[in-house]
Amino acid sequence: MPVDTSFAGRAYPPGDVYVVSREKLREFAEATGATHPAHTDPQAARALGYPDVIAPPTFAVVVAQRTEAQYVQDPAAGIDFSRVVHADERFTHHRPIHAGDRLRAALHVDAVTQRAGLSMVTTRCEIVDEDGGAVATVVSTLAVRPEDAA
Amino acid sequence: MTAAPARPALADLAVGQEVARRPVTVDRARLVRYAGASGDFNPIHWNERVATAVGLPGVIAHGMWTMGAAAAVVADWAGDPGAVVDYQVRFTRPVVVPDPGEVVVDVVATVGALDAEARTVRLDLTVSVDGARVLGRAQAVVRLV
Repeated sequence: MPVDTSFAGRAYPPGDVYVVSREKLREFAEATGATHPAHTDPQAARALGYPDVIAPPTFAVVVAQRTEAQYVQDPAAGIDFSRVVHADERFTHHRPIHAGDRLRAALHVDAVTQRAGLSMVTTRCEIVDEDGGAVATVVSTLAVRPEDAA
Repeated sequence: MTAAPARPALADLAVGQEVARRPVTVDRARLVRYAGASGDFNPIHWNERVATAVGLPGVIAHGMWTMGAAAAVVADWAGDPGAVVDYQVRFTRPVVVPDPGEVVVDVVATVGALDAEARTVRLDLTVSVDGARVLGRAQAVVRLV
């Protein structure tokens, strides 16, 4: 089934709350080699003016990919994950994410285009905190190879 | 009390200046660790059979792992990971991770632009394996004090 271009422009309201924990931030920091103490030592984070340990710059992908799942895993969207390649990713941080944050993310399908059989799907997650304050914007583009490609 | 690390000053920077350089190694264990930490369990990042069946040369690193590893170099230079206000990359070439063995990913950060009014610096990152770039248009905007 081809990628359904009619999904372009769709918006999904914020879903479940994602509670950011110190241990998850430590795990993510260790996995990416982020050794700055502000990720793991609350005192080091407070010395920089943050209320608790802060997330590495790409941690928001954890929240974003959960949010994107409701679209990219929808069979009606026609996105076959065995043919997907990640094309690009962008994070705009309105403020750093820290432990204790209760985040929600709204999803927007910004573009679904087709060119020479290759489909490009661009999504945008707007991540906000409990008070609705902007935390991060995550824009991601997936390339879906055509079915007959090797 | 943790001593505050030194932070770079905008006035000391010039466009074209190299500010950070670090080799980062990745092996299969690292990819499994990233899969668990990120929640991205796509088997092309840990299962050779699945990776080759979909036409890849072998197990490849998560593009997001590579992006994250390069971000750590920027965060350390900035002295404050929260100062990275914008960060974007294109994934241009897969990083094939053998077993047994490991791959060295070279990260070099150069000043691409300075904005005195916004008090930000744009770092342009060269991220490569054996001299071949694996990320394109990799740019991080860092707010300086």
